[in-house]
Amino acid sequence: MELFKKYPKLFQWIFLLIVFFALCFAIDVPETYKFIRGQAEFVKDPNQSTFVFLGKEVRYYAFDVFWRLPPLLGWLPIWINDSLFFLMNDWMPMEFWNEDTQEYKTRPLVLQITRNLTAFMTFLIELIREILLGGLETIVAFTSWDWIDANPWAELPGLPWTIVAAGSAILAYKLGGRGLAIFAGLAMTYISIFGQWKPSMQTLSFILVAAPLSFIFGLSLGIAAFKSKRVEKALYPILLVMQTMPQYAVLVPALVLFGVGDHAAVIITMIVAVPPMILLTLLGLRAVPPEVIEAGRMSGCNNWQLMFKVLIPTARRDILIGVNQVIMVCFSMAVISAFIGAKGLGFNLLLALNQLNIGLALEAGLCISLIAILLDKMSLAWANKQVDYFGNLNFFQRNKNSLFFGLIMIVGIALAYFGSIYFKDGYNYLFEVPHNKGISTAGFWNKGVDWIFDTFFVYIKAFNTWLIVEVLQPMRALYLRMPAIATIVLVVGAGYLIGGARSALVVCGLTLFIALSPWWDRALVTTYMATFGVIVSCIIGFTVGTLCFQNKHSTKFMLNVCDIFQTFPSFVYLIPVMMLFGITDTSVLIAVIVYATIPATRYTIEGLRSVPSGLHDAATMSGVTKFQRLFKIEFPLAFPHMMLGLNQTIVFALFMVIIGAFIGTEDLGQYILKALSDKKGAGIGLTLGICVAFIGLIFDNLIRTWVDKRKKHLGID
Amino acid sequence: MSEPVIKCESVYKIFGENAETMLKEANGNVDAKTFQENGCIVGVNNASFEVSKGEMLVVMGLSGSGKSTLLRCISRLTDATGGKIFIEGQDLLNLNNKELIDLRRNKMGMVFQSFALLPHKTVVENIAFPLQIKGINTEDSINKAMDMVKLVGLDGRENYFPRELSGGQQQRVGIARSLAVEPDIWFLDEPFSALDPLIRKEMQDEFLRLQEKLQKTIMFITHDFDEALKLADRIAIMKDGIIEQLDTPANIVLNPATEYVRKFTEEVPREKVLLIEDVMDSTTTEDIGDLKVSKDEIIENVAEKILTQEKTVAVIDNNNNIVGSINPTKIINTVFGGRKTNN
Repeated sequence: MELFKKYPKLFQWIFLLIVFFALCFAIDVPETYKFIRGQAEFVKDPNQSTFVFLGKEVRYYAFDVFWRLPPLLGWLPIWINDSLFFLMNDWMPMEFWNEDTQEYKTRPLVLQITRNLTAFMTFLIELIREILLGGLETIVAFTSWDWIDANPWAELPGLPWTIVAAGSAILAYKLGGRGLAIFAGLAMTYISIFGQWKPSMQTLSFILVAAPLSFIFGLSLGIAAFKSKRVEKALYPILLVMQTMPQYAVLVPALVLFGVGDHAAVIITMIVAVPPMILLTLLGLRAVPPEVIEAGRMSGCNNWQLMFKVLIPTARRDILIGVNQVIMVCFSMAVISAFIGAKGLGFNLLLALNQLNIGLALEAGLCISLIAILLDKMSLAWANKQVDYFGNLNFFQRNKNSLFFGLIMIVGIALAYFGSIYFKDGYNYLFEVPHNKGISTAGFWNKGVDWIFDTFFVYIKAFNTWLIVEVLQPMRALYLRMPAIATIVLVVGAGYLIGGARSALVVCGLTLFIALSPWWDRALVTTYMATFGVIVSCIIGFTVGTLCFQNKHSTKFMLNVCDIFQTFPSFVYLIPVMMLFGITDTSVLIAVIVYATIPATRYTIEGLRSVPSGLHDAATMSGVTKFQRLFKIEFPLAFPHMMLGLNQTIVFALFMVIIGAFIGTEDLGQYILKALSDKKGAGIGLTLGICVAFIGLIFDNLIRTWVDKRKKHLGID
Repeated sequence: MSEPVIKCESVYKIFGENAETMLKEANGNVDAKTFQENGCIVGVNNASFEVSKGEMLVVMGLSGSGKSTLLRCISRLTDATGGKIFIEGQDLLNLNNKELIDLRRNKMGMVFQSFALLPHKTVVENIAFPLQIKGINTEDSINKAMDMVKLVGLDGRENYFPRELSGGQQQRVGIARSLAVEPDIWFLDEPFSALDPLIRKEMQDEFLRLQEKLQKTIMFITHDFDEALKLADRIAIMKDGIIEQLDTPANIVLNPATEYVRKFTEEVPREKVLLIEDVMDSTTTEDIGDLKVSKDEIIENVAEKILTQEKTVAVIDNNNNIVGSINPTKIINTVFGGRKTNN
């Protein structure tokens, strides 16, 4: 009894677990239950029941409700689909003037808007693409094809790669000094020499359109949210869901609205990239000291002046960190958008992976990684750069970078001209190295992969079999064996014990949504894969983080490694694992583990670092050993921060599991992938995306609530 | 006497949702405790005072006493919940946004505890900022700002960024910025509290020098009683939003109105604060010696001279007229005498 009084929480948890397991054993697996239920709304079966909602007929199996809830939300994807189609094809038809045919045409409003938007985006992308690579489209946009035929000289010439490479080196020098400049120059040269120039520039032009637009929208919405509580409240749930929504689930509805291609990808990228910008703008503006705002007011600023002359410049760093985030999200979307036909490196990567040409995939992946690191470092350097004073410099000193770039322009053009004479018959290598004429190492890598397979096949196979048969299958079976009611009781109970009624209610709502959708089994599979990945990642990340923390240099080194790995788009991680493990669940899980270990390690180190040095000294002076200090002082205090790392680890793992569908899994991700190639996939894709986001949000809510409480209890920030 | 520059009539500032209705129901009888039970926090409680032209009023109180809130009410950075505030006869609370901005652009300057400089602008650009906001062109505003740089003794550093300056230098920039528009009214919110003691003293002297030259109407906020004594024409001591006593430094030291004020005065070295005028007898006795002292001397400076006299010493004013007398016992009583009794 005394024990009970001393640890009430512990006994509450034990009680919850007892109830959970009791439910698991009490509810039998129904005999009719087959693991894969299929998509209830598409399969016809005499055993199916139906119900009608909003005029939609939804079919489902008669289930034991304790075992699995009926898919009452089955109408949602269909309804989303129908609404989208209605909006696009029937809603508000209006007369629009058509330039080409010179007559009025009746078109639904939304269709007209999306088509115009599409045309505008296409124009922007083409413009930038042709500045970098040359082409006709921009001039055509202002004139016509006939005019081009009549004037064969009219063509945007494009920039020789030498100029772009030198230009990026100069920009890097201006932002971050010599080291960054050398890196930028080498990276661009590498890309050119290895024949990846064209796809790289296509990807870059994609970012150059998507990132500034996302920045403008994000900044404006961030300002609006800062100014009005109501806007902030309206934005909050969207921001929350977007943070845990797997990026490519958003791609699916884009197909319906904007079609296939770069323009659709840019628009959808903006939807993904704007939320972090809003959050960081809001954060930055909130962090402006109140006295600075008062100083602005007392200087007689009106609202406009206060915002643009005081608040935004003062919050400059946070806002530029937002720009960094925007650029990185845009880049990773640029790669994933290959699924809806965006050109560039991602497309090549996807193609190579589809053909199982690991060598080519590696080459593309390396370029992607190089550009990712370059963009990340440059935008961070911009954020950390402080304004300098130029007033006392003369014209040449002030403009030395632009002058130098001008010089490079002339030299580059001269070189390209020289090249056109020198390489008379073949390709002008000083202008652009064509895709198949660069140095290629694909053959080498492919041989390497073959060698690995020949040499280690037995071991890899054995490991694979062992993992799947001994670990993964049983774990999956256990997850699927959980009755829906038992799962809900467990989750809601955990919510109540951690955060009280409010938390329990939120978590219950999120879980019910998934349970009532037709994909509960799939969601369980996703969760099982994510759980496995998270557990292994946490063990690795925690150990590595703790070990590295023992030494200053290794700490810094590890944080740098985390930084670099985090910049890679998740898709890139699939390449090496496919190389080693082929197309199996193991590959996906290993990619998940590698990807999710990054935040686990980083947060462990950061958590340990955040322990105040005063406490450190106090502990040392009371004569603790290294181990005592670690276990009695550092771990307890760092634990809340490490739990936030767990939160991130879960989100990362979920993302990777979903993308792993590309290799072949049978979870929610697989259905999202299917929805991408389905004409009526929009509703399903979106609903599935929301399901994944909700899985993430359930853990997010529980962990965050716990961390906040714990932090308050410990008195940290 | 001419019209006061700042005039407050029972100003209230109460934080909380139903602050206004509660204030109305309280009917001028605000009790912090009952308000707190209803979820309201009283920041300023019935503050009434006047500041006349060229006068420096120091508002002194510990943290949470409402002194900064009072200042923010008068600069209208926050709106007072009740009462009236007049700036040169203008009803501050009835100004619309445009009029308020005009008032701030031309008549008010403010210095902040944490300096509140704009990190992306150089010293001279920071100082020119209020001028440029007003719409003055770049060249004129920079010229004017350069004058200000010289005034606060930062010449040679005008192109530095705030991050490159020490705390004292940053506050000089803050002072220069607040003076750039040549305001009549100068608000200083604990301007020297974030500085080291030595720098603080230097800045106080500098501040007195500036004020002698500029003769602004000043409201100065501080939590440092010594600073208040050193700078003030009059001091308002605040506690829990209420002005406990508003008087000249000498009167506060000699006649603390409440127990709370007395606690501050106990440790004050009176000989360093009080003038001869404050302790002299205004009647002249027959038995007067040859020594004469000015009524404006600080006691400390003349104590030795007076104490070596056996007779009473005559006190004279600027025109050499005898206006009173003081005997050595009085000095001894003032310096060493019981602090609990009034004289």
